[in-house]
Amino acid sequence: MNRKTSRFVLSVLAFGYAFLYIPLASVIVYSFNDSRLATVWGGFSTRWYGELLRNEQVLDAAFLSLRIAVTTATFATIFGTMAGMALSRFGGFRGRTLFAGMIISPLVMPEVITGLSLLLLFISLQQLIGWPAHRGFTTITIAHTTFAMAYVTVIIQSRLSGMDQSLEEAAMDLGGRPLRVVFDITLPLIAPAMVAGWLLAFTLSLDDLVIATFVSGPGGSTLPMLIFSKVKLGVTPDINALATLIILFVSISVIVAWYAMRRMQRQTEKNMQTAAK
Amino acid sequence: MTGNTNKNTGSHPFIELKDLSKHFGDFVAVDTVNLQIGRGELFSILGASGCGKTTLLRMMAGFETPTSGRIFIDGVDVTDQAPYQRPVNMMFQSYAIFPHMTVEKNVAYGLEKDRVSKGEIKTRVSEILELVQLTRFSKRKPNQLSGGERQRVALARALVKRPKVLLLDEPLAALDKKLREHTQFELMNIQDELGITFVVVTHDQEEAMILSSRIAVMEKGRFEQVGTPKEVYEYPDNRFVADFIGTINMFEGTVETAGDGSISVASDEAGAPLTGLTDRIMENGVKVCIAVRPEKIFISQHEPENQEDTCLPGVVEDLGYFGNLSLYRIRLDSGKIVQVSAQNRRRSAERFLEWDDRVFISWPPRSAIVLTE
Ligand SMILES: Nc1ncnc2c1ncn2[C@@H]1O[C@H](COP(=O)(O)OP(=O)(O)OP(=O)(O)O)[C@@H](O)[C@H]1O
Ligand SMILES: [Mg+2]
Repeated sequence: MNRKTSRFVLSVLAFGYAFLYIPLASVIVYSFNDSRLATVWGGFSTRWYGELLRNEQVLDAAFLSLRIAVTTATFATIFGTMAGMALSRFGGFRGRTLFAGMIISPLVMPEVITGLSLLLLFISLQQLIGWPAHRGFTTITIAHTTFAMAYVTVIIQSRLSGMDQSLEEAAMDLGGRPLRVVFDITLPLIAPAMVAGWLLAFTLSLDDLVIATFVSGPGGSTLPMLIFSKVKLGVTPDINALATLIILFVSISVIVAWYAMRRMQRQTEKNMQTAAK
Repeated sequence: MTGNTNKNTGSHPFIELKDLSKHFGDFVAVDTVNLQIGRGELFSILGASGCGKTTLLRMMAGFETPTSGRIFIDGVDVTDQAPYQRPVNMMFQSYAIFPHMTVEKNVAYGLEKDRVSKGEIKTRVSEILELVQLTRFSKRKPNQLSGGERQRVALARALVKRPKVLLLDEPLAALDKKLREHTQFELMNIQDELGITFVVVTHDQEEAMILSSRIAVMEKGRFEQVGTPKEVYEYPDNRFVADFIGTINMFEGTVETAGDGSISVASDEAGAPLTGLTDRIMENGVKVCIAVRPEKIFISQHEPENQEDTCLPGVVEDLGYFGNLSLYRIRLDSGKIVQVSAQNRRRSAERFLEWDDRVFISWPPRSAIVLTE
């Protein structure tokens, strides 16, 4: 590569990164702005963080979002793990292709469609059996679980396909019943993948605006919904503070997830070496 | 098939496979196999890659459902039993050691599933680790072990449950030559000590010869021959077995005269009539094959006097010197190449054979194997 193209490549790279991170950086910087006007620098201050903690509306929304995210992540991990095992361990059962397709489809389905169809489902359910009585925590959690589970399934399935199936056979050969073998062998070995899946589902749920907007009802505002409605009335400095906190939170989750994934990959490599020797 | 001469075979066979078949779609991996194995035998299944050895073993362990046929172990029909119900343990081709457990935990796993008491688990695990010389490594994780050590963990884990039958899928394939030879003897000692019936799958014929009380030679899902190593080597049933086990020279021909348990075969390849001994009644004109092992052939620069022996003239095409042994490739007048191996016992008057020397190769009729299939 000659010097000219390398300079070109470098500037493209710098421009790309700038495009991604300057807005984030400015959000973080302005969250420490003392001025009430979001675009004028009025000196350093942490007053907006204090104000945020006194704002009931924001706290409620944040708490709701967290509850939804934790519940979603937990259920998505449980169901996703089960689906992943069914897909990679039960061989060619009847309707396997259909099942696989249906589980993965939320990955490619436009969110608007997913949100709308779930809303219609909840409304007709309410008319038929009176449940769910009102939309909010329950409906958002169900909606989030359906699409987050698809991601978990993909992660678990790829982990299982990289794992030597004779490990489970050996355990069964030594007298382990199928369910015991799952708990003794399979789950411990895919645990890092489950952690990664949980964190991914957690961030997906925390992020989601479109589906939540569709299936939530009055009084059930998640954090993204609240921010979106506030921004419509103009950007206030406390939003910057809130955004900064979210960035911090998501970054930590991503780092933990990445670490778990890396461990899982190392383990896979190690197992493969073990098998190859 | 050859008659079973094994000393261990009791009144009823310990393992019995009856018309066992396994199809994968259209593909027949195991084709109507019938087999009886006696208690305490070390039985080997020998065959080329892809001939169905692993599939057969997996059916015995319970991981594949037979398409048809039954499996009996110690008189009990186990065909429909799940793997965890069978009195059988398997040592996997990949060892399949649980990577998240220590050596000790790996070995104890099977006993824990059987609800053996804690104290007994402890003694039995330490006993078996002693036997395979792994006591020092009991607290290690599998990735801290060498290949040979891992293989011994897999063996200990399968043995500790004292199964009636131990199935071993290429147990030594991953080891280097030296370690393999060492482990072969270890395996035989352990088998002797515990009296467990071993069924070993291998594609290493030398290994099968050394280890086994009997060998089954498998090809395309079928058994070509079952017998002791000696029977399989000295009296192969057909061309495939003769060719598969060791090296052999084969002469195609037709029966010229038959009678009195001996036949004379005309063969263009040999260029002279070949004599063979057989109990079978043969018609004149039947196509047969006379097969001779390289070490059964005498080589000499002078025509042997014994008129009974088959004697063919030829030229030394190639020779290899291996210290105690020399290997010769002799070209007959017909162009056929015959392999001969001879001990290097130098007689004072004789000089060593050289390239292009004219020689006579000969063998007595009893060294010739008559093959019809
Ligand atoms: N699940 C399966 N589906 C389809 N075909 C299979 C399956 N398992 C094995 N086979 C086929 O059956 C044949 C026998 O396989 P098997 O594993 O028993 O061979 P093997 O004798 O153990 O060979 P190797 O010495 O290479 O281990 C092979 O041709 C293989 O492709
Ligand atoms: Mg195999």
